[in-house]
Amino acid sequence: MTQLASISSTLLYVAFVMYLIATAFFAGSIKSKKTREQQVGKNRWATIAITITIIGFISQLGYFITRWMAAGHAPLSNLFEFITFFGMMLIAAFIIIYFIYRVHVLGVFALPIALLIIAYSSMFPRDISPLIPALQSDWLAIHVSTVAAGEAILAISFVAGLIYLLKDVDLTKKGKQTFWLEAVLYGLVIVVGFVASSTTFQLAGYQTEFTYVNTEEQQEVAQYGMPALVTPNQGELLTEGAFASSIEMPAIVNASRLNTVIWSFIVGTVLYLLTRLISRKSVSALLQPLVKRVNLNLMDEVGYRSVLIGFPVFTLGGLVFAMIWAQIAWTRFWGWDPKEVWALITWLFYAAFLHLRLTRGWEGNRSAWLAVIGFVIIMFNLVAVNLIIAGLHSYA
Amino acid sequence: MKEIKCECGHVNPEGTELCNACGRALTTAADNKKTSDVMRYEGTARRSQTYNASVVDKVWNFFSSVKVGVWLIVITLIVSSLGTILPQVLFIPPLIPPEQYYEEHYGWFGKVYYVLGFHDLYNSWWYMLLIAAIGISIIIASLDRVVPLYKALKNQRVNRHESFMKRQRLYTEQKVEDPDAAMAAIKKQLKEKRYNVKEIDRHLLAEKGRFARWGPYVNHTGLIIFLIGAMLRFVPGMYVDETLWIREGDTVAIPGTDQEYFLESEKFVVEFYDADEDPEVFNAAIDRVGSIVKNFQTDAMLYKREEEGIAGDQRELELVQQKAIQVNEPLKFDHFAIYQVNYKLDEFRSMSFNMTNKETEENVGSLTVDLFEPQNVYELNEGFRAELMGYYADFTGFENGEPQSQSPVPNNPAFLFKLFSPEKPEGEVAFIAIQENLEPLGENEYKLNFAGIETRNVSGLTVRKDLTLWILGLGGAIFMIGVVQGAYWNHRRLWVKVTDDGRLLAAGHTNKNWFGIKKDVAHAFKGTGLKEITDQQEIEDNNIKAREAGEENSLDTTSKH
Repeated sequence: MTQLASISSTLLYVAFVMYLIATAFFAGSIKSKKTREQQVGKNRWATIAITITIIGFISQLGYFITRWMAAGHAPLSNLFEFITFFGMMLIAAFIIIYFIYRVHVLGVFALPIALLIIAYSSMFPRDISPLIPALQSDWLAIHVSTVAAGEAILAISFVAGLIYLLKDVDLTKKGKQTFWLEAVLYGLVIVVGFVASSTTFQLAGYQTEFTYVNTEEQQEVAQYGMPALVTPNQGELLTEGAFASSIEMPAIVNASRLNTVIWSFIVGTVLYLLTRLISRKSVSALLQPLVKRVNLNLMDEVGYRSVLIGFPVFTLGGLVFAMIWAQIAWTRFWGWDPKEVWALITWLFYAAFLHLRLTRGWEGNRSAWLAVIGFVIIMFNLVAVNLIIAGLHSYA
Repeated sequence: MKEIKCECGHVNPEGTELCNACGRALTTAADNKKTSDVMRYEGTARRSQTYNASVVDKVWNFFSSVKVGVWLIVITLIVSSLGTILPQVLFIPPLIPPEQYYEEHYGWFGKVYYVLGFHDLYNSWWYMLLIAAIGISIIIASLDRVVPLYKALKNQRVNRHESFMKRQRLYTEQKVEDPDAAMAAIKKQLKEKRYNVKEIDRHLLAEKGRFARWGPYVNHTGLIIFLIGAMLRFVPGMYVDETLWIREGDTVAIPGTDQEYFLESEKFVVEFYDADEDPEVFNAAIDRVGSIVKNFQTDAMLYKREEEGIAGDQRELELVQQKAIQVNEPLKFDHFAIYQVNYKLDEFRSMSFNMTNKETEENVGSLTVDLFEPQNVYELNEGFRAELMGYYADFTGFENGEPQSQSPVPNNPAFLFKLFSPEKPEGEVAFIAIQENLEPLGENEYKLNFAGIETRNVSGLTVRKDLTLWILGLGGAIFMIGVVQGAYWNHRRLWVKVTDDGRLLAAGHTNKNWFGIKKDVAHAFKGTGLKEITDQQEIEDNNIKAREAGEENSLDTTSKH
C-alpha cells in the first residue's frame, strides 16, 4: 500500500512535467506558420502539444486511481487532494474544449494555470489521511468530484476571458481595464510567489514554533514554516535562534497564515517588479503578442460555451449533490455554513452572468470581465473560505 | 388596445417589433436595434411592453424586467457574503449571550455586526424579503416572456420578408445556376443534420432544437417549486427538528412522535484510527495530527408503543428496529430520521462511599448513590444509616450558606448527608462534594469515604422529520432538467428563399453556439456551389478593429484585416 502511494506521487510528478512541456509546445504552435492566420486547426506543434497534455492527463489519472487504491477512499478529502483534482479537471475541460474548437492559444494559458493550481495544492500536507466519520460516504466521491469538474469547466471561461481581454484591452491607454487586467496577472504572480517561498523554506527545512494565547485565553503552539515577520498573540519563541519580528497580532488573527501571505506577497511582488524591470513592459503587454491573432468572436464563444457547460455541472455538484449529502451527514440539506453560502454566491453570480448575457446582450468584453470575476469568486471559495473562515468544510 | 398593421397585411398587437407573420420590422426603433436584441423573443409584444396604466401593470412591469432580476441577484449575492465575515449566531458557543460574544471576540466590529443584525442574517426579515422578491421576479419575468414566445414560435411562417433575413447575423445572397436544385440539396442535407424542414413556395424554414428555448422557463418552474417547498417548512407538522440526549441503558420517548416511538441506547462508542491496526498509509497523517476519529456510534433499539398502549407507558413497547446509528447512517422510520451528532463521554452515573469511624478507621458499611434516582435513606450495618438530606447534581458553590446546583445533570455532584451511628443517634451532618468535605455543624465521629464511581456515555442525537424534502427534490430535478435543456441544446433556424429573379437568399439564427450553426450551414451548402455563409457580426467587429488599428497605427502593414 505504501508502495502504491509512492507510485501515485511519482505519477503526479510526471503529469506536472508533461503539462510543463506541453505548454512549451503550445507556445510553439501559435508561432507555427501553417495556421498563423487564426491559430486554429491542425499543425504539428499543436498535435505534439495536445498529445503530451493527454499523456500528462493519463498520468495524473493514474495518480488519482493509485492513491484511491492506497487509501481505500476517493482522494478528495483534503485541500491537497481537492485542488489537485481541480487542476486535473481543468486539464480535462481544456482537452474537451480543445477538440471542439482547436484553439491552440487556449493551451498556452490553460496549462500554466493548471500547473500553478497543482503546484499550489502541493503546498498543503500531502499525506494520505483517514476519513473522519462525516466524510465516510459514497457522496464524498460523487459530490466533490462533480463540484471540481463544474468549477474547472467554469475556469476555462476565465482562461478564454483572459485571452480575450489581453487582446481586446488597449494597453497603450491608461484606464480601469488596463489596471485591473494587470491586477489579475499580478494576482497570479503572487501565487507563484507563494509556491516559490513555501518551496524554498520547505527545502531548507525551516521550522519555528511559538506558544501563544488564543481567543479562548488558552495557550497553544503555533508552527511557522517561514521566518516570522509577524508573531502570534503574546507569542513566545520556542525555537532557539530563529528569527522573530516584534510585530504582534491580536488573537483573532491566525498569525502563522498571515505570515505566509506576507511572504507570498513579498516574493511575488519582487518577481513581478523584476519582470517589469527586465522587460520594461507590464505583464499584460508582455503577454499580448501571444494573443495577437486571436479571433475575439471565437474566444467569446469558447468562454460562453464553457459557462453553459459548467453551470449545470456546478449546480449539480455544488448545490444538488451537496444538499443531498448534507441531509444525510449533517441532518439538514442547508445550514448556512460559509462554504455553502459561497457555493450559493458562485451559483448566483453565474446565474447573473447568464441573464446579463442572454437578455441584456452582455457579450465580448463585458462577458470576459464577468468570467474573470467568476473565477476570482471560485478561488475565494476554494482558498479563503477554507483557510480564513472556519466552518464545517475545513478539512485541511 | 391599439394594433399595428404590417405591410403584408398581418395585424400585430401593440408593442410588436417584428411582424409575427413576415418578420418585417414594424417600427424604426426596432429596425435600429441590434438583431440579437430583437430576435430574443422573436420581436413579439410582451405584456410588460403593452400595458402601463394600473398599479398592477406597474408592479408587473417592474418585476418583469430582467435588469431588476439581476439587481436582486447581485444584492442577494453581496448581502450573503457579508454573513460569512463572522460566524453566524448558529455557530457560536450556545452558553454565551450573542451580544456579549461578538463584542468580546471581535471588538467594535463584532458589536456593529451584531447591532446591524448580520449575526443572524439569513433568518432576517429583509433577507427573506430579498429571496421572496427574487421568487416573484422569476414568476413574472417568465410569464411575461414565455407566453408570447410560445405563440410566436408555434405560428412561425415559412416565408419571411427579405428585410428580416438580411438583418440576421448569418446571411448570404448569391446568384447560382439552378437555385431550385441548390435549395433541394440544402433541404436534403439539413434533414441529414436532423432539422425539421418546411417548404412552401420556394421558401424554406429549417429548425432544430426548439425545445431548448423552453429551458429557462422549465428551470424557473423548478426554482419556484423549490422555494414553495422551502416555505412549507413553516406549516405545522411538516417539519420536526429536535435534540435528543440519551444515556447508555436508557429508554426514552422520541420527541416529535407524540410518545409513539421510543429509543433505547445500548451503548455509545467513539473509535480512533490506530497506527498499528489501520492501514500503514495513514500513519504519517495520524502522527502529524495526533488522533483522528474513526467512528461515532450509538447502538440503538427503536420501539413502537402498541396501539392500545397508554401514552407514556413504556411497558407495552414493541421492538421495531435495531441499528447502529452513525454519522452518515441515520436511523430511519416513518418519515423520521435520527442522526448521530454529538456525545458526552463518561457522565457520572452513581457514586459509592464507605462510612468509617475516623479514629479506628473501622468500616461500618457501604452505600451507592444513583445520581439520577437517589434514595432518602441508605441502611448500613446494624445501627448505622445515612440519610441524604440534600443532593446537588451540578454543584457550583454556596450562596447564603445554601449549596447551589446549576442543572439536574450530574456534572459535579454534591451531597448533604446525616450520618447515624450508635454513638450519635441524633446524627452528624456532612457535606460531600468532589475534593471537598465539610462538616458544617462541628467535628464528626464518622465520615463517608469516596469508594468508587460508575460512568456511562451519552449520545447527542438529532430527530428530524422533513415532509418538504420530496417537493424540494422535485423542484431541484425540474430545475436541473430545465437548465440542461437550455444549456446543452441550441435552437437553430435557417431560412432559405429563392427570389423570382433567381437569387438564393439564406439566413441563419441561433440562440447560441454560432460555431455550431456555421458548421451545419457549411454541411447544407456542400455540393451546391454556394459560397460560405457570411457572419455579419464578425465582419462588423473586424471593421471596427481595422478602423481603430488604422487610426492608431497606420504603419502596421502586417495587419491582415
